Amino acid sequence: MSELIRVLDLHKTYRMGDVEVPALRGINLKIDRGEFVAVMGASGSGKSTFMNILGCLDRPSSGRYFLEDAEVGSLSADQWAYIRNKRIGFVFQGFNLLARTTALENVELPMMYNGFSSRERHARALEVLGLVGLGDRLDHTPNRLSGGQQQRVAIARALVNRPSLILADEPTGNLDSTTSKEIMILFERLNTDQGMTIILVTHEHDIAEHARRQIAFKDGVVISDSSNRAWAGAVR
Amino acid sequence: MQWFMTFRIALRALARNKLRAFLTMLGIIIGVGAVIAMVAIGEGAKATIRAQIASLGTNVLIVLPGSNVQGGVRFGSGAVRTLVDDDAKAIARELPSVSFASPLVRRQEQVIAGNLNWGTLVQGVGPEIQQIRDWDVADGRFLHEGDVDSAAKVAVIGETVARQLFGYDTPTDAVIRIRNIPFRIVGVLARKGQSSQGTDQDDTVMIPYTTMQKRLMRITWVHTILVKAVSAERVEEAEEQITTLLRQRHRIGPERDDDFNVRNLSDIAEAASTTARVMGILLGSVASISLLVGGIGIMNIMLVSVTERTREIGIRMAVGARSRDIMLQFLVEAVVMAATGGLIGILLGIGSSELLKKWAQWPTLIDPAIVAVAFLFSGAVGVFFGFYPAQKAANLDPIEALRYE
Repeated sequence: MSELIRVLDLHKTYRMGDVEVPALRGINLKIDRGEFVAVMGASGSGKSTFMNILGCLDRPSSGRYFLEDAEVGSLSADQWAYIRNKRIGFVFQGFNLLARTTALENVELPMMYNGFSSRERHARALEVLGLVGLGDRLDHTPNRLSGGQQQRVAIARALVNRPSLILADEPTGNLDSTTSKEIMILFERLNTDQGMTIILVTHEHDIAEHARRQIAFKDGVVISDSSNRAWAGAVR
Repeated sequence: MQWFMTFRIALRALARNKLRAFLTMLGIIIGVGAVIAMVAIGEGAKATIRAQIASLGTNVLIVLPGSNVQGGVRFGSGAVRTLVDDDAKAIARELPSVSFASPLVRRQEQVIAGNLNWGTLVQGVGPEIQQIRDWDVADGRFLHEGDVDSAAKVAVIGETVARQLFGYDTPTDAVIRIRNIPFRIVGVLARKGQSSQGTDQDDTVMIPYTTMQKRLMRITWVHTILVKAVSAERVEEAEEQITTLLRQRHRIGPERDDDFNVRNLSDIAEAASTTARVMGILLGSVASISLLVGGIGIMNIMLVSVTERTREIGIRMAVGARSRDIMLQFLVEAVVMAATGGLIGILLGIGSSELLKKWAQWPTLIDPAIVAVAFLFSGAVGVFFGFYPAQKAANLDPIEALRYE
């Protein structure tokens, strides 16, 4: 499989007044296309910082980050916006849908920033909403959708520009266990059926079990990186 | 992102909070409305004064009899009989700065034509009055030198008198009677309208001053001498020369006061139009301040809006909005608000100035250029006061913005 992500000796240090707080202390990782990776660790382990850097939302203090063989760590803010728009789909714990905006329009939102015609936007939004299992309730605003439905809308939004990578930050954190499992099965399907590369941040082991590779962070370094032998795929 | 879409997003964001958007716009609405209405009032006043000045005649000087001391008693102006028609002739003949001069004798009289009668101002004048006061003749002719020399019983009448006494008939060659003396109408004056004092200038009958002196009033003096200077620059020179000439003619010693007054109409006119201009500037600037306050209101609400929608900004950035997309979105929102307010304000301003014209009889005048400037200015207020909040939104850190509760 071809390489999608490579990070070399990634460091990130935050300054809190006079105190320097190290969040990442030398991360070296390689992630291929089509992988389904769970990044695990307690809060403060540096996993969120790592995700922000992978998502082109934050700059590393030092080290290099290659996405699709191009170094992106040093690009301009506008170029980052382009990468976030075209190459990366985000799924958040709190869904982060626009309030008072219909499900369909929420899914169309990323396409507003790359010049699709309104007909194309509409067609592609309907297509990905079908893919995540939301064929109806498209004109409902987020406050009239259940948590699981909102997260499906958010996943559809992440998929709509056909990114090469989905970054999901605790996507089941606000959901009950049944709905969490449904959402994780959806991620598995996207990975096996669509070949989508997914990187998932979680601190729950049973959620991480859905991924094929598990990377554990502690105090800003990777402490384990292993394939999930128990992984059985979406058929469970 | 396309302009059309940015525009639509802005409209939807405003539609979500209609009352707030309206209240924010209200500042601009009142500001622009006030500018339009105030400037309309100022322009109207200026135009009225300009018209009144034109109807007085340009570069005109008025010589009035002054006070006169006779046996210890000081007689006020009007009660004295110091001016005669020869003074007028001398002024016209001897002074290079004067182009025309005419004596004027006047009295309120009852004028009869057939079975109708009408009280009007009868003025005894010289033919020069036509040039001095810029009278046009609508029908027939004006008085001429021969009429004055022979003290002819001829008259030219104003438009109001013609309408009152003759209705729609042609008055030329008809006969009117003043104190039982028949006068033949030789001409009708063109309409002039109201004077600056609000009197109807067309409500008058003009006859040769000699006829007035000899046949109607039996006097030898004149009430006033009207003088026209050759140019605006020489009005003051004419004033001095008239004073010198009349002091000589009236044999007034160096230590005695003038027995006449020379008044310069252009001074009065100039003062009036300066007053109007100052009033216009004052009204306009007060109104502009309210427009500025409206702009500050927009900035205030946009800042609140940026804070409230921090999370929305974060989401938009995460899915690929560039800083300039966010900037444009908020800027367009501010400009849409300001321009919509400006448009409503223009309608309000035009509406209220029309109402003032209709109900308060104020002579307001809408200048299309001012309307265009007010609209552009309200748009500029949107850009100016929207810029800082928009920049604040565009410079948000996406991670912080996404975490914002």
